[in-house]
Amino acid sequence: MMEHLLEVNNLEVKFKLRTGELTAIDNVGFTLDKGERLGIVGESGAGKSVTGFSIINLISKPGYISGGEIMFEGKDLTRVSEDVLRHIRGNRISMIFQDPMMTLNPVFTIGEQMAETILAHKNISRKDALEISVEKLRQVHIPSPETRLNQYPHEFSGGMRQRIVIAISLLLDPAIIIADEPTTALDVTIQAEIMELLLELCEKNDTGMILITHDLGVVSQVTEKIAVMYAGRIVEIGSTENIVANPLHPYTKGLIKALPGSRGTGEKLYQIPGSMPNLTEMPKGCAFHPRCELAEGECFSKVPELIQRGNFRRLAACHKF
Amino acid sequence: MFAFITRRIIQAVVVMLIISFIGFTIKHHVGDPVRELVGVSVKASEREALREKLGLNDPFFVQYKNFLKNAVRGDFGISYFFKKPAAQVILEKAPATLELVFASSILIIILSIPLGTYCAIKPKSILSRLIMGMSIVGVSIPVFLTAIMLIFLFSVNLHILPSYGRGETVAVFGGLWDTGFLTIDGLKHLILPVIALSSIMLPLFIRLIRAEMMEVMQTEYIKFAFAKGLSKKRIWFVHAFKNTLLPVITVGGVQLGIMIAYTILTETVFQWQGMGFMFLEAVERSDTSLLVAYLMFVGVLFVGVNTVVDIIYGLINPKVRISGTK
Amino acid sequence: MDKWKKFKESYFLYSFLRDPVAIVSFIIFLFLVIVSFSAPLIAPHDPYDTSTISIMDSEIPPVWYGEGDDNFILGTDSQGRDMLSTMMYGMRVSIIIGIGAVALQAFLGVVIGLLSGYIGGRVDAFFMRLADIQLSFSTLMVAIFISAIFQTAFGVGKYSEYAVPILVLIIGIAEWPQYARTVRASVLGEKEKEYVEAAKVIGFGSRWIMFRHILPNTLSPVFVISTIQVANAVMSEAALSFLGLGMPVTKPSLGSLINLGFEYIFSGSWWITIFPGILLIILVLVVNLLGDWLRDVLNPKLYKG
Repeated sequence: MMEHLLEVNNLEVKFKLRTGELTAIDNVGFTLDKGERLGIVGESGAGKSVTGFSIINLISKPGYISGGEIMFEGKDLTRVSEDVLRHIRGNRISMIFQDPMMTLNPVFTIGEQMAETILAHKNISRKDALEISVEKLRQVHIPSPETRLNQYPHEFSGGMRQRIVIAISLLLDPAIIIADEPTTALDVTIQAEIMELLLELCEKNDTGMILITHDLGVVSQVTEKIAVMYAGRIVEIGSTENIVANPLHPYTKGLIKALPGSRGTGEKLYQIPGSMPNLTEMPKGCAFHPRCELAEGECFSKVPELIQRGNFRRLAACHKF
Repeated sequence: MFAFITRRIIQAVVVMLIISFIGFTIKHHVGDPVRELVGVSVKASEREALREKLGLNDPFFVQYKNFLKNAVRGDFGISYFFKKPAAQVILEKAPATLELVFASSILIIILSIPLGTYCAIKPKSILSRLIMGMSIVGVSIPVFLTAIMLIFLFSVNLHILPSYGRGETVAVFGGLWDTGFLTIDGLKHLILPVIALSSIMLPLFIRLIRAEMMEVMQTEYIKFAFAKGLSKKRIWFVHAFKNTLLPVITVGGVQLGIMIAYTILTETVFQWQGMGFMFLEAVERSDTSLLVAYLMFVGVLFVGVNTVVDIIYGLINPKVRISGTK
Repeated sequence: MDKWKKFKESYFLYSFLRDPVAIVSFIIFLFLVIVSFSAPLIAPHDPYDTSTISIMDSEIPPVWYGEGDDNFILGTDSQGRDMLSTMMYGMRVSIIIGIGAVALQAFLGVVIGLLSGYIGGRVDAFFMRLADIQLSFSTLMVAIFISAIFQTAFGVGKYSEYAVPILVLIIGIAEWPQYARTVRASVLGEKEKEYVEAAKVIGFGSRWIMFRHILPNTLSPVFVISTIQVANAVMSEAALSFLGLGMPVTKPSLGSLINLGFEYIFSGSWWITIFPGILLIILVLVVNLLGDWLRDVLNPKLYKG
């Protein structure tokens, strides 16, 4: 069997609180191959961002990885030293954050923030680093990059800033880009534009991508694989086509039903009743059961395992099969 | 940028006008310029003639206008006790105070930046807790008590440092400035007053830097800097530090100005012949001209520091620099 | 009864009982307040009663020194007053002025802050500029100026006679901006909230809305500031008294006692200044520690600077 570029197994993340520990991510696993694109979908609070950040071990305190392994290029990232990790961050695996208005440091020029990234990983001259930066800015369609290099973040619009962030993430030609809701904070009119740009660049460079979003619509257009997360667990994972065309988990079904295009004009949009449970008050059994129409018996007492269901080539965690 | 500076300067002028008005009101209601000129042993009719001649019977606002006119020229009247122009007395005493403030500011900056930064980076370490614990004890000890305890320990008991005065000073700048920085004796005399004066501000600065830096460390752009794979050192000392500096400069600049208030206490304890010491003597002697001159001088100093700090803030903060607004 | 039960189960009490520093500070503070206010009952001597004071008893060292006197455990000051009793009375003066001044500051600051925040416009601009100016001068400087002016205007005699109310007034006037800014900031925050909108829609007058709805929501920052301000006010009073602009020597506060004893440290009578000094530090420290703890627990948005 071919080795995957990234393989996450049984990942568990906990939050240390005054009152005790909370499990934010439980038993999460997936793989990513070279140039492959995986979408992680779920409501806010489902643990998708935490999953993304834990890959490069950047979870904000008081969170920490409490179990599982993250295999990347032959190393388990949960066990390597801080120094090794530092050389993977931004270099082999880079990230794009949600809000470009907050991502760039307001008191440094764009050029400075780009060049320092290269210099942190490569032993080249500052001049060369700036040249690479200009080249990358050109790739993300920033006009007259040479002059814009000397400008500060606040001189750019939100869309432009996200382009710059994308350029920064591409600086060292990483193997994987983790994009955490890269278009959510942007104007609706430029969301598609940015998404397309990201897709285009990933395809061109054969870069793997993990796209974290709450928008199943976006994911289905961009990625090859989808993992649906609910309350800190993956509830369904498989190829995009399969999942969109034939969802197995009632939650995935709900998400697809809730997409704007799925109903006729003039009809009311579907909404999954209720809301996701808080980490502090997780229901017993399947976390989705309070919102599930099918819930009965086992659903109230036993957490369903993520296993292959029937003949479908994918995994789902639901008792109702 | 030009518009920004102009606006700040106009604001400063308005504040100075308000302060001058307060100063004038004090002078008008409390002081007695006739007594300042001739003492108390002059006949009532002569006093009245003098009042008329000095314009003291003019309407309030006419007098205020004259006061302003004189003030701009640096004329605040004659000090009743020193028998010299009040402005001259102040200028003679100012170097002592300013040197004290300057030396303390340097000490505070040198100590607070590394300590505050350390406490922000390693908030849970024992040393950080110790520093924070000490800092709350520090803010709870009044300046004059710190000063007294320093004297008690180092002068009275150990006899290693002098307890009062500036020691040997050297006249520089053509005799305009008496400095204690150039002699061993002068520096020795500086040690205790500087420690006392710094003692109240140092804890505040450490806490300020720590709080601001911890806030910055929570931001997305710091997280992004980690995601870019930058070294911790670069993130702490370049990224986080520069962002911490902005608020610290605004608040800190004002705080350094506030030290002038504490010089009154420090100078009293150490009999330091500066403006603060002079001011208290002026209060005891009801030397109104000197009192008002001090108020105006300190006003100029505070407003000046505030304005300069704002402008520096503008220079550092690229947002202000470009658009001219905050 | 119900409220008591609620209090007992609250996070407030829970975190208090888990924080030894807060508990110890509170106990010491309570002890100091009780001791100082019961001074007329429990103090061994009456420092205000000149007939019982003899200059012959002056500068007696504390009892553990050879020349000490059992009558005066902590020794006597330069006028022959018992240090322990004088300190107890002095601390009472300090605490009364401190709390009085904070009450005045809070009143001024809350009223001005509410008005500024609610009315806005010119009223707001005027008071906030005034607050800016006062704060940039530092509250201590303002207090020193006001007291200097008062003393020059009234003369030293009259000033000492009414020193307590005058000091309350001075420190009250000097330190209101802190409250005003914080309350204004919370009013601006609360004003946008739905319940105020709702109250307006229902047709309550603006005064009613301010006091009935906004005020309770600004209480937690006011509470935190008040604690820290008590410490500041006690320090300000001590500073003014030390400079001779505060309590007269005949009715000394801790600050004037320190001032009185200062020159005697050179002749070896350190206790006149060091004992009241230590007491002052302890008093201010425990109040500051309580304030710090309160701020951590209530965590209100305080105005920076």
